[in-house]
Amino acid sequence: MSAASIAALAAELAAGRRSARELAEDALLRAERGAALNSFIRIDADGARAAANAVDAQRAAGAAPSQLSGIPFAHKDIFCTRGVATTCGSRMLRDFVPPYDAQVVERLASAGAVSIGKTNMDEFAMGSSNENSAYGAVANPWDTARVPGGSSGGSAAAVAAGIVPFATGTDTGGSIRQPAAFCGVTGLKPTYGRVSRHGMIAYASSLDCAGVLARSAADCAVVFDAIAGFDPRDATSVARPAEATLALLDQPLAGLRIGVAREYFGSGVQAGVGERVHAALAELERLGAVLVDISLANAHHAIAAYYVIAPAEASSNLARYDGVRYGHRTAQARSLDELYSLSRAEGFGSEVQRRILVGTYALSAGYYDAYYLRAQKVRRLIANDFAAAFAEVDLIAGPTAPTTAFRLGEKAGDALAMYAADVNTVAVNLAGLPAISVPAGLADGLPVGLQLIAPAFAEARMLNAAHQLQQATDWHLQEPAA
Amino acid sequence: MSLDHAAVRHIARLARLAVADDQLESLRSDLQRVLHLFDDLAAANVDNLVPLAHPHDQALSLRDDVVSEIDRSAELLALAAASQGGYYLVPKVIE
Repeated sequence: MSAASIAALAAELAAGRRSARELAEDALLRAERGAALNSFIRIDADGARAAANAVDAQRAAGAAPSQLSGIPFAHKDIFCTRGVATTCGSRMLRDFVPPYDAQVVERLASAGAVSIGKTNMDEFAMGSSNENSAYGAVANPWDTARVPGGSSGGSAAAVAAGIVPFATGTDTGGSIRQPAAFCGVTGLKPTYGRVSRHGMIAYASSLDCAGVLARSAADCAVVFDAIAGFDPRDATSVARPAEATLALLDQPLAGLRIGVAREYFGSGVQAGVGERVHAALAELERLGAVLVDISLANAHHAIAAYYVIAPAEASSNLARYDGVRYGHRTAQARSLDELYSLSRAEGFGSEVQRRILVGTYALSAGYYDAYYLRAQKVRRLIANDFAAAFAEVDLIAGPTAPTTAFRLGEKAGDALAMYAADVNTVAVNLAGLPAISVPAGLADGLPVGLQLIAPAFAEARMLNAAHQLQQATDWHLQEPAA
Repeated sequence: MSLDHAAVRHIARLARLAVADDQLESLRSDLQRVLHLFDDLAAANVDNLVPLAHPHDQALSLRDDVVSEIDRSAELLALAAASQGGYYLVPKVIE
């Protein structure tokens, strides 16, 4: 009993063969059976039933449903949900019940989608394995001794295990695409600013991006169309109309120029991963795309630039957790100073503290120019490389991650080894571009992801290419053994 | 560059993070390794490049100057561990 596609479920609902309530109950049951994965921090059965009943009542009253009406799904626990605890994977926010909904939450609720709960994640979205969650690690449904990737690891595992047909995620340096690759699902990171960050707990504000993980590119398109668009409550929201990408998924690929960046196939890439990605590229070529050898000469600087800029922004964003207004408050403080420093030391996990300290250092007097300012110039260099490449090609392709899912605990003690897992994804965030990870088959029984990168605001072109690939292959339909 | 314990204490103080004495050395070597990663930035040729702070170089948009928020102070104060009479409570600052 696994989750079908959004379109298939919508057809069942439209024909009256299933009710939203039944779909919600099915998803809740699957979540219960899959509890050992630890993909959820909180199941909201009452909220799901109430929302499903409301959708069924609307449908009975003849209201015109959206394609998402009655479709069960899950939110990454980084999105504020009014009245439902939102932890961001942190002990700091263990008891935080937001008084408002994130824009993404509002949009999906008004489209009639039925949230069954909040998925597990690396604390404050800082991690590439989901092992940094205060609520325990998540197991990869393909091999429960392995990580699902991170930080949207719970969302990726929940979709891969068939618990829900889609889940929301966020991507600051690869946090949608890398877990999508590790779990064999499709993960869409839109252009920076396309989807509102309002109510999405901040990590690094110039990089943070909301998106979706689903079985297919077509399902990602349905959800993207529902959540994209200008929001005055997010100062960096882009004021341009979002195109309806779902309607543009039937374009032939003939003549589409796909740049194959040679830097993405370096010595760190596992042989099986390279083989699968080349097989997917050959399939795109068979569909009419033209493969073009390109170079992104500064790609190797992306990790260093990212791990200066993201922690610098995090050190500023996370200054708000002071034990005073909301979040964890120490019981040990004898002074205001201790209230701050002990609440933060008790509330934040070790990786979050490490990034706050690194960011504070990079922004401190004497080091600002050498680290932060220089990292921002390298960011420009990387963005310029992409701009030059997109003068020649329509999309850029490569492996989403250099390896398949690694073992739980394998890199947990080594921050630098963990950071290296983001080598192919962080540059995209630095440049603010949209990208998607698409399943490309298995290497030694584990999923491999093909990453497609598009120019800013060209989500439709990228989703179409992914969809055409998925029309011709069945990699995205492969499921882990139950 | 290399970090010593005093530098770690200083950064932790700026970040308002309490660090116990027995954590100092592991934290120092940890941060030192991450900072080594940043040496890579020095190898990039960034001559004549303007720092990129925001992906689209867009100007921030301005809202109309009208009140759009309602008073939610009671709801927000309810999130605090300690509040009284419409104020947040903290340990005594002035003796």
